[in-house]
Amino acid sequence: MISTHLPALQIILPLLAAPLCVILRNGTLTYWFAVVVAWLAFAVSALLLQEVNAIGVIAYKLGGWAPPWGIEYRIDLLNAYVLLIVSAIGALTVSYAKPSVDQEIGGDRGYLFYTAFLLCLAGLLGVTITGDAFNIFVFLEISSLSSYALIAMGRDRRALIASYRYLVFGTIGATFFLIGVGLLYQMTGTLNIADLGERVAAVGPNRTITVAFGFMAVGLAVKAALFPVHAWLPNAYAYAPSVATIFLAATATKVSIYVLIRTYFTIFHHDFSFGVMALGDIFMVFAVLAMLAGSAIAIFQTDIKRMLAYSSVAQIGYMVLGVSMATVLGLTGGMLHLFNHALIKGALFMAMGCVFYRTGSVSIESMRGLAARMPWTMAAFVAGGMSLIGVPLTVGFVSKWYLLLAAMEQNLWWILVFLIIASLMAIIYVWRVVEAAYFMPSSAGAPTDIQEAPMAMLVPMWVMVLANFYFGIDTKLSVGVATRAAKFLLGDAS
Amino acid sequence: MEWPGLYNYWIAIFLMVTGLYLVMAPQNLVKKIVGLNVFQASVFVLYITMGKVTGGTAPIIAEGIEVYSNPLPHVLILTAIVVGVATTAVGLALVVRINESFGTIEEDEIRELEEAQEDAS
Amino acid sequence: MSAPDLMLLALVIPLIGAVTIVLFGKIPNLREAATLVTAVSLFAVALNLLPVVADGGRPDLNLIEVLPGLELRFTLEPLGMLFALIASGLWIVNSIYSIGYMRAKKESNQTRFYVCFALAIFGAMGVALAGNMFTLFICYEVLTITTYPLVTHAGTPEAMRSGRTYLGLLLGSSIGLQLAAIIGTWYLTGTLDFRDGGVFAGHVQGPVIGLLLFLYVYGIGKAALMPIHRWLPAAMVAPTPVSALLHAVAVVKAGVFTVLKVIVYLFGSDFLRESGYGDWLAYIAGATVLTASLIAMTKDNLKARLAYSTVSQLSYIILGAALFTPLGAIGGAMHIAMHALGKITLFFCAGAIYVASGKTQISDMHGIGRVMPFTLFAFFIGSLSVIGLPPMGGSWSKYFIAMGALESGQIVFVAVLMISSLLNIAYLLPIVARGFFSPPSDEIGSGNVAATKIKEAPLLCVAPLCLTAFGCIVLFFYADPLYRLLAPIGGG
Repeated sequence: MISTHLPALQIILPLLAAPLCVILRNGTLTYWFAVVVAWLAFAVSALLLQEVNAIGVIAYKLGGWAPPWGIEYRIDLLNAYVLLIVSAIGALTVSYAKPSVDQEIGGDRGYLFYTAFLLCLAGLLGVTITGDAFNIFVFLEISSLSSYALIAMGRDRRALIASYRYLVFGTIGATFFLIGVGLLYQMTGTLNIADLGERVAAVGPNRTITVAFGFMAVGLAVKAALFPVHAWLPNAYAYAPSVATIFLAATATKVSIYVLIRTYFTIFHHDFSFGVMALGDIFMVFAVLAMLAGSAIAIFQTDIKRMLAYSSVAQIGYMVLGVSMATVLGLTGGMLHLFNHALIKGALFMAMGCVFYRTGSVSIESMRGLAARMPWTMAAFVAGGMSLIGVPLTVGFVSKWYLLLAAMEQNLWWILVFLIIASLMAIIYVWRVVEAAYFMPSSAGAPTDIQEAPMAMLVPMWVMVLANFYFGIDTKLSVGVATRAAKFLLGDAS
Repeated sequence: MEWPGLYNYWIAIFLMVTGLYLVMAPQNLVKKIVGLNVFQASVFVLYITMGKVTGGTAPIIAEGIEVYSNPLPHVLILTAIVVGVATTAVGLALVVRINESFGTIEEDEIRELEEAQEDAS
Repeated sequence: MSAPDLMLLALVIPLIGAVTIVLFGKIPNLREAATLVTAVSLFAVALNLLPVVADGGRPDLNLIEVLPGLELRFTLEPLGMLFALIASGLWIVNSIYSIGYMRAKKESNQTRFYVCFALAIFGAMGVALAGNMFTLFICYEVLTITTYPLVTHAGTPEAMRSGRTYLGLLLGSSIGLQLAAIIGTWYLTGTLDFRDGGVFAGHVQGPVIGLLLFLYVYGIGKAALMPIHRWLPAAMVAPTPVSALLHAVAVVKAGVFTVLKVIVYLFGSDFLRESGYGDWLAYIAGATVLTASLIAMTKDNLKARLAYSTVSQLSYIILGAALFTPLGAIGGAMHIAMHALGKITLFFCAGAIYVASGKTQISDMHGIGRVMPFTLFAFFIGSLSVIGLPPMGGSWSKYFIAMGALESGQIVFVAVLMISSLLNIAYLLPIVARGFFSPPSDEIGSGNVAATKIKEAPLLCVAPLCLTAFGCIVLFFYADPLYRLLAPIGGG
């Protein structure tokens, strides 16, 4: 039966498709192939979520080997939800990719892009689906290695150096995580996350466990680009090819946050992580700093892709903030923002991709007067920007609202103040672009023959934008799943 | 447990710190990759060490042997080595490309070129 | 058609209008016709709702529940009814005026102008009908954002700069303070619904009440309470029809309307009066009334003077509400209507003078009344109404606010009102006197070529301003229905 092997299919599909792309070699052919694979992966994850909703946790033994020796794929509400996000963004991004990839990378080398893309997708899905701590490391490296390649494909030569820096940071981060996993194995004799969860608690907080805890916290913070170890992110996003930026910005850091949640709620029990070790207090400070510093730096950027990248640093702060509160409301808010920010940044970077496709630049100068020439693209940017700010009826509002409720529940009034300040700063940096696009004449040297982006890019972009509004108005699905996942993680059965 | 106790761990820590230093200190991009490799090697040593069972032999089934070392860390580290090699390969490939387009692999010089480009654009 | 359906219609009509305007963007006549048809049908819908509310009905329209407890919900009550009627009614007059003004000035981007206008009216309708603070906040922001392109319509660097002040102050205050207040309200009471008598009683006590009131009053930047009034003079770079409808009626009235809503339906007048933590508001409002009037006297630019006059008059309304007595609240609400008619007349006149003569400075307007008698006479009537002299509508609202002050025993505010009326006379009537009685300046009177061109503004400009001036007089004689409509908000 195929349905019993859905978890394996989720990974094998993109993983096998990637080398096939190299064999196919033809740009157009690989594009359609990648589109089909990505949508199939999306279908699989949708089915998985449905199944998890119906029957609860799915445990799948890869190759029939029983844990703790074999690798187990274990899907509960939390990672079913993240799988859906990653595969949905992947499918939409690759559908959008063709014109942009043909232009920025070249039609004859396009197959390399789709290969790396599918590998990256497989890696990210793998990190999410697996129930084995070491396997997380392996998949993390698969996704990272392919994303280094994706970033290095950028046309600007600074993309190479950005990719190199990301490689150094990323490898250190992943290796720190690996050290943590090793130390945990030493104490418990298992790598299976569910087993680890039980045995770590049984072993109790001795020094090895504490050291593992610390290594993993630092490693994951680097991978998630949590302030102040975010330095690799802005340039990587700014100089990567447009399509790579869309995909990485919307998924890569999210998956790291997922691993963070998994590590500190399932492996180390939340009582230990947030009670004994007070991880929440540390992360909360960094999260708030990220929100403020990221937003403040974003205001002064002239390259809009880099501006959005700094905004991502700030938004990661929001997610970590929710997680650091370790309450049902906070965790719900953090996870909602995981989902919502993927939609927001996906839409915004897609708009920037369209702009780059037509104008060859994403500087604020090149935005001037663009609304008249590319009305649909700029309207999408405005809509995405509203969502980023957190205007009611968009997804951005929903997650911020939950974060606020969570902060108030614990009487953290200062967080309320900082959330509002960060939102005000978001208004400023989004507004700069809107003002340039709508209310300023084109600059003197600008090309005059700029047209609206092709339909192949507009349609996926607007699907993303409309999703921003749909999930901002009909919040039952996202809030429902996030709340139940949060309760599940906190062991709150009600 | 008298000094140096489980000296393997001291070696792992020494390698780890050396590796991290080598990643940060030099300006040369290739040297940084070397540092990264040393750093990863320290983790390999750590894993292999923890798999060792006192008095145990290599985990190959043979007659008359009762105590084996734990084979699982070995397997894990095989995978990790592969990942490490791949990372090194990608890293070096990037350095080659950087050298082609910047004409240097010294980070301070690259940074200057980058800034010049930023000002120009 | 049931009342909730009508309410939905009141929200949808401006949107349909906006779309139609875009579709006819290339054909000016059809485009303007679309504006007018939309305005008229909107007013008709509002009029149809009036009997329902007058009979004590509170039609309720619940669109969707965004998050548990946060609904997009519209409920009509007397205050909102009044605001909806004013905004939609004056939109018709203003549309006629806009057509005259924009065509005479040959402005560019006219389609954008009319579309944004329709969207702004949508925002104003949303504010008027909002059934809870969440909905009101959304519509409030819609109104802010849709009016920005109107403020910067000229596209000059000065307009852009003013636009930034406008947007920065309004968005900054509403998100930084008002949103915080809304979240605080939600946290403390668990609801954002507007209820008779307020929602705070029993949930909050002590200085927190004062803090929340502060956050609300200053968060509602559109009410232009000093010192966050600066956006209003900045907004005067907009074309005059915008200043007339939006910055004398829709936007600023949305601000004071929200203040009234918050005081009457969130806090509850009685609750605030008994707590004693809201008393400071009346003093701030009183100070704004006087200071803004004084500043108005120093302005030579006619629109700037009117803008500061608006700042001052808006604080009458806040003052009325901040007395926390039934008569004060009724007077404040009534002043929304009275001041709207008076001030729109004055702005129409300022625009007409500008269209006809290109003059913006008061010191250049010697003898202007001799060539533009209708316009300046309408200005005279509008001035009297703003000053509050019978037989103009404005006298009633001032009378009720003064009665409210007496009722609450705070005689000092009666004095404030009287002094302010004197100041109003001092900064408004000289314009009329100069226009009619002082000898025409060379340009206007003598026979040189440039001057002979000055005559009455186009009919489409003059007719609306005569209409609104007439309205000022009518309201004096028909204030009773207005009082009866508003009586419930005082009754509590």
